[in-house]
Amino acid sequence: MNLVLIAPEISLLATAILVIVLDLFIRRKGWLAVFSLAGLAISFGFTVYLWGVNPQTVFNNMLVVDKFALFFKLLFPVITALVILASTDYMSRIDSFQGEYYALVLLSTLGMTLISAATDLISIFVALELISISLYALVGFLKDPKSSEASLKYLLLGAIASAILLYGMAFVFGFTGKTQLGEISQVIQRIGVPGASSASGLMLGLVLLIVGFGFKIAAFPFQMWVPDVYEGAPTPITAYLSVASKAAGFAIILRLFYTAFSFPTWLSQDWGMVFAVLAAIGMTVGNIVAIPQTNIKRMLAYSSIAQAGYLILGIATMGFSPIVSRLGQSSLLFFLAGYAVTNLGAFIAVIALSNKAESDRISDYDGMGKRAPMIALALTLCLVSLTGIPPTAGFMAKFYIFSSAVQHGLLWLVIIAVLNSVVSAYYYLRVVKVMWFNEPKFEGKVSSSAALRIALLICCVGVVLLGVLPNYGIKLAEIAAKMFVF
Amino acid sequence: MNFNILSLIIFLPALGAIIIACISNSRAKLIKYIAAIFTLIPLILGVIAFFNFDKSASMAGVMQFQEKASWIPLIGAYYHVGLDGISLPLFLLMDLLGFLVVLISWKIDLRPREYFAWLLLLETSILGVFASLDILLFFIFWEIEVIPMFFLISIWGAGRKEYSALKYVLYTLFGSAMMLAGILCLYFTTHSLDMVQIAQNGIGSYVMVVPTVLMFFLLLGGFAVKLPVFPFHTWLPDAHTDAPTAVSVVLAGALLKMGGYGMIRICVSIFPAVARQWAPLLLGLAVVNIIYGAAVTLKQTDIKRLIAYSSISHMGFVLLGIFSLTQVSMVGATMQMVSHGLITGLLFATAGIVMHNTHERDIAKLGGLARQIPMITVIFTIAGLGAMGVPGTSGFIAEFMTFLGSFGSSVAGARVFTIIAILGILMGAGYILWLLQRVFYGPPQDKFNGTQDADKLERVYSAIFIILIFTIGLDPSILTNIIKIGISPIVHLIGG
Repeated sequence: MNLVLIAPEISLLATAILVIVLDLFIRRKGWLAVFSLAGLAISFGFTVYLWGVNPQTVFNNMLVVDKFALFFKLLFPVITALVILASTDYMSRIDSFQGEYYALVLLSTLGMTLISAATDLISIFVALELISISLYALVGFLKDPKSSEASLKYLLLGAIASAILLYGMAFVFGFTGKTQLGEISQVIQRIGVPGASSASGLMLGLVLLIVGFGFKIAAFPFQMWVPDVYEGAPTPITAYLSVASKAAGFAIILRLFYTAFSFPTWLSQDWGMVFAVLAAIGMTVGNIVAIPQTNIKRMLAYSSIAQAGYLILGIATMGFSPIVSRLGQSSLLFFLAGYAVTNLGAFIAVIALSNKAESDRISDYDGMGKRAPMIALALTLCLVSLTGIPPTAGFMAKFYIFSSAVQHGLLWLVIIAVLNSVVSAYYYLRVVKVMWFNEPKFEGKVSSSAALRIALLICCVGVVLLGVLPNYGIKLAEIAAKMFVF
Repeated sequence: MNFNILSLIIFLPALGAIIIACISNSRAKLIKYIAAIFTLIPLILGVIAFFNFDKSASMAGVMQFQEKASWIPLIGAYYHVGLDGISLPLFLLMDLLGFLVVLISWKIDLRPREYFAWLLLLETSILGVFASLDILLFFIFWEIEVIPMFFLISIWGAGRKEYSALKYVLYTLFGSAMMLAGILCLYFTTHSLDMVQIAQNGIGSYVMVVPTVLMFFLLLGGFAVKLPVFPFHTWLPDAHTDAPTAVSVVLAGALLKMGGYGMIRICVSIFPAVARQWAPLLLGLAVVNIIYGAAVTLKQTDIKRLIAYSSISHMGFVLLGIFSLTQVSMVGATMQMVSHGLITGLLFATAGIVMHNTHERDIAKLGGLARQIPMITVIFTIAGLGAMGVPGTSGFIAEFMTFLGSFGSSVAGARVFTIIAILGILMGAGYILWLLQRVFYGPPQDKFNGTQDADKLERVYSAIFIILIFTIGLDPSILTNIIKIGISPIVHLIGG
């Protein structure tokens, strides 16, 4: 067993444990953040080192080390590092539990890296639970009524979703007799199911799987938890949820559906169509309900439901594509990277501005352009990117994912998606207008820690870079899209 | 030209915008001088390019000043810019307007830093649209202008500025959404993003996956919102009226032309058969633009709103010219775009001076200003003559060529549409003369005694406008020779 292959995961686990232990000894808790960042950097380093390795499975085909998994092992530590940098402003509110905070975040990241490498139903479930349980605790970290309520809602709904997921896995196992994804695909092909009516067990399992994972990625109609949980959680965790947890969900859906359920063609077109319809409704619902929102975190929550709709469009593309084309997967991976920097940038700016305004209401953002011009500019850039206006990452990501959808025959869905982008412009630009146009309610500059500003800068550079010079990003996504099928 | 003159012209204003963004708001004079320099240099370079442009017939269909660099190899997108007979006049028009609006904005004192930064960024984006030869690059430049316009109208405008700004953005994005869908279909069909290449190969040489009619109308949707074509025109009066003067000049002068340019460059060049098939419908819409636009103009009571509606009418001439699909009419349409840019630009600028000096924009409350502000009266009258299409001004040449071409067009019903459209000239004379009579002529009113006349700067830029209007009007060949070599390959493709 070559332990180097799972070195990134081991380093994350070691860092998490060491953070908890160190918390007992050191007085200045700021060092815990530094230590976590160091651990993430080491994990990132190991991933870079493993980039050239041949794709192979480990742990008896439970996990796989291929470019797809390594892509996410590059993405998640970066997202987590940015979230930790952004959390520095919140540390005053969670004084005595800082060690636990960092450890839980790191464990959740560990779960995410594991799930992107999971190739067996059991390992998928274990990794999913690792992510979810850490997040349940993190959502309730502020201990005020709203935060606790959000955490409870997330826990209950998440537990139900996990149960449904497990039930779906049971059906798939019952139908095929295997839990390893590659073997499931082989059994399905060997049995030779000519149509949906002869594979009702499999279809039921698939539907339940879609429900279970749909909860995680905020797909309609499983998105009801999103606004309340996003609003109640501490904003860095909201950012983490909206970006990383979603990316993890998409990673596993991509791998699961591509590896296990791509054959026969009618099957992949079936679930492709299901995802296409979910995407269309999700985008529309997310965008339309975001319009009347007055709380910025809720607005961004609904916006992330809409953005999830665009991502699900990528999954639908994968369902309709011939097996040789990886356009659906690569466009989705590029969108995830672009969406990550954009949404993180938006939330980090919200952390800074909300802290000073001491409110999450959009109307309290009046005149932020005068009080905190740099941060307001960063938020404007991220909102423009979310709308999909060039030259930002959001536009490139949308262009790429829409072009892949058109090429696989989903023009109707792309037209719905572009119209939705227009609708979204209304509520994104409303925030921009409030910041730059209205007079500030209170005077005084908005202060924020250096760490937060560094994180914001990195996000903005990412948004502009992916928007103007997306070539390397697209190439990386294309390489990563090749999943190793055992 | 050995060095990359086009990129220099396109990106110098953006560089200026970044420099201005770093200067504090209190140093307004410095900001304005930097803005002037960073728009004057591109103008000088543009004029140099104009005189270096090869007008010989052998250059028909050849892009000059081309620059091509690999940008996103994986989807075949290049940073590809160049100018031909159609885009050079429009490019130069924006180049000129870019400098003139900085002069027009000289009196801005609210947040000058942001104002000039957005204004210069706007110039880069519009210049980029006219110079782009790669469809993705074209779209990106097309979209970039939305954000500067949003800020410029909503902060420095008047009246219902926030409403108008948001309306402008949403309409434009809606059009762009349609255009994006069309571009994606086009890319899917041709696997190429090179505008000129696709047009030359002919759309018929590719395997059709999406019907060409669908692609044509999706792309046309974006351009139709911009031009604007009835019934997508309702954003224009609000945006023009509530925008600050300089922004109205850019909007009327250059932004509307992006629509017309797109129609020629993409819709007609790439889909000539569909264009010919659906031309009667578009000619009908053009006539609606002209007549309905002129009719509504007649009942306006606000100076800027009147000029805005007249733009709708004038853009109807452009649409008429483009979709008559003959050499003469399309050259006329391009001439109309350039000429209207200058004439309506001057109209808006002068209306802005009148509004600023008299503090009044309602026509009913103005009157008899000729006695008190004679210089402005003269300038406005000359601009009005141009808008009416009086011979000697560029407006006449443009309208005459358009009608000549459309009357002789082989498109079904073109003759009838042309005859109806000529009524538009009559109505144009109506609203312009009536406007002049009500605002400037008639008995002078005491409350306007002591109104300031045009100062030196205003006289300078008005003179530049007027000289150009008359130069083109008296010797149109300096432009038509250039436009001709751009249009002739397209007419060749249409086969008309």
